[in-house]
Amino acid sequence: MKWIGIALLAGSLLVPPLFAGDFYVNLASQILIAAIFALSLNLLVGFGGMTSLGHASYLGVAAYICALLTSRYGFGHGTAALLSIAGTTAMAAFFGLIALRASGLGFLMITLALSQVLWGLAYRMSNVTNGDNGIAGLTRPAPFGISLDSPISFYWFALIVATFAFVMMTIFVSSAFGSSMKGVRDQPRRMAALGFNPWLIRWITFVYAGFWGGVSGLLYVYYHKYIHPTSLSTTSSAEALLGVIAGGSGTLGGPAVGAALVLLLKNYVSAYLERWNMLLGLVFLFIVLVMPTGIVPGVSSLTARLRGGSR
Amino acid sequence: MIVSTSGYALEVVNLKKAFGGLAVTQNVSLSIRPGERRLIIGPNGAGKTTLFNQISGDLRPNSGAIRLFGSDITHLPPYKRAHFGLSRTYQIITLFAGDTLEHNVTLGLLGLRPARWQMWRPLSFYGNMVAEAHRTLDAVGLLPLATHPISDIAYGERRRVELAMALAQRPRVLLLDEPLAGLSNTERSTVKSLIASIPRETTIIMIEHDMDTALDLAETVTLLNYGRVIVDGERDAVIADERTREVYLGT
Repeated sequence: MKWIGIALLAGSLLVPPLFAGDFYVNLASQILIAAIFALSLNLLVGFGGMTSLGHASYLGVAAYICALLTSRYGFGHGTAALLSIAGTTAMAAFFGLIALRASGLGFLMITLALSQVLWGLAYRMSNVTNGDNGIAGLTRPAPFGISLDSPISFYWFALIVATFAFVMMTIFVSSAFGSSMKGVRDQPRRMAALGFNPWLIRWITFVYAGFWGGVSGLLYVYYHKYIHPTSLSTTSSAEALLGVIAGGSGTLGGPAVGAALVLLLKNYVSAYLERWNMLLGLVFLFIVLVMPTGIVPGVSSLTARLRGGSR
Repeated sequence: MIVSTSGYALEVVNLKKAFGGLAVTQNVSLSIRPGERRLIIGPNGAGKTTLFNQISGDLRPNSGAIRLFGSDITHLPPYKRAHFGLSRTYQIITLFAGDTLEHNVTLGLLGLRPARWQMWRPLSFYGNMVAEAHRTLDAVGLLPLATHPISDIAYGERRRVELAMALAQRPRVLLLDEPLAGLSNTERSTVKSLIASIPRETTIIMIEHDMDTALDLAETVTLLNYGRVIVDGERDAVIADERTREVYLGT
């Protein structure tokens, strides 16, 4: 049963792009990018028990560093990618020191405040960031000399990175450290009494989540060839959080499903409905009421019940 | 390991703690020898669990000192105390309800090992750790339930998992906070013989209300009331003491 699911998933990721039009291939690339971003946020929210409203900081900062380095300072794509990921991870290490002084609601507010500072900077430091105009005219890298300018080639690139990200994050949460992390999420006091250092475990999780947030930011700026302060906004953080919770926080695949849902609603429905946010809100409300743990856990318990009932 | 200079396993010296105006620990001093079985008794609100929370590091005392085998641990965070050989159980059962018994006990082992930082190998990779967890579960009579989640098992069995998590760590000093609370008579005698079988390398300090069972396990008794030590000494002497009668038996 599990293998059929994996085969179906692999098939739907590998085959349709060969036939679909550019619009759909591009949409699929965006879903992959949003999925990496949501998965990285899920490390914090679902596995670390740290609900953040500032995760767009990592996507946005990695995107901005890469954009500035390649367009303004003449760096090559390879160096720019390494520097932007390193810079974003270092920022996560520093932000973690500040945000982890609190937990729960306090943590949420600090992450929100920090991301608002960055958003404000991106708007106001217009001599560096170009402010509200954003940075346009960017290029995509050409790894091993392969151009990523066509929608389909970029899709394959995004698929490889997303698969790698998914595998790496899955290994991380399934590891012995992952057990420490989930233990600290559930019973921090007991874990401390058993010899685990809850603060350090949370901090490492925070930094790792920031790292993958940065990776999604790189893909984001490659895809759009443009970056604007809204990428750093609370709306951007909140949409990802919505995706994580809707898809199923603390599950491996849930956040990817949730991110896809948010993106599809945004792209499809906004063509017909001006107030697409309202529909997103209603869908979210429906999910929370019907499947409080999210789509993926909800659907799997539903199928389990159906199979049990048919016997 | 640090060599004991005082000869005591655990020393609490002039410990004071107040929540606002409410003094919950007032100048408490205890000296417990290695291998000793100490029972701490006292009416509700006497400050027994608060004292435990200060020894384990969950609460910071306002003043005073706590020494474990001669080294000062007063200002160490809880996780470092665990690495010094201090373990505890909780009055309110604190387990990982969605995980298996095996996983719960393995976490107890993982906490003291460098593998807790291992980021690419799963816990199941550490076969000897899992085997050790199974031995501990066997010792508390729960091996047949090893792969069941905690949410599947009965309250009395959870009490024993609580104990197994601490025992797996082979602590030098073990704090038991009401290990018999809420158990039936049969379960009481099971847990009692379990505690009696803990080797002498482990010093035990126990809070318990069930005097009939607990007194059999204890060698020395400390009576607390309103955050003070009222009587402290050999079991029979404390029981016979006039003040014990006054405080505890309410006559």
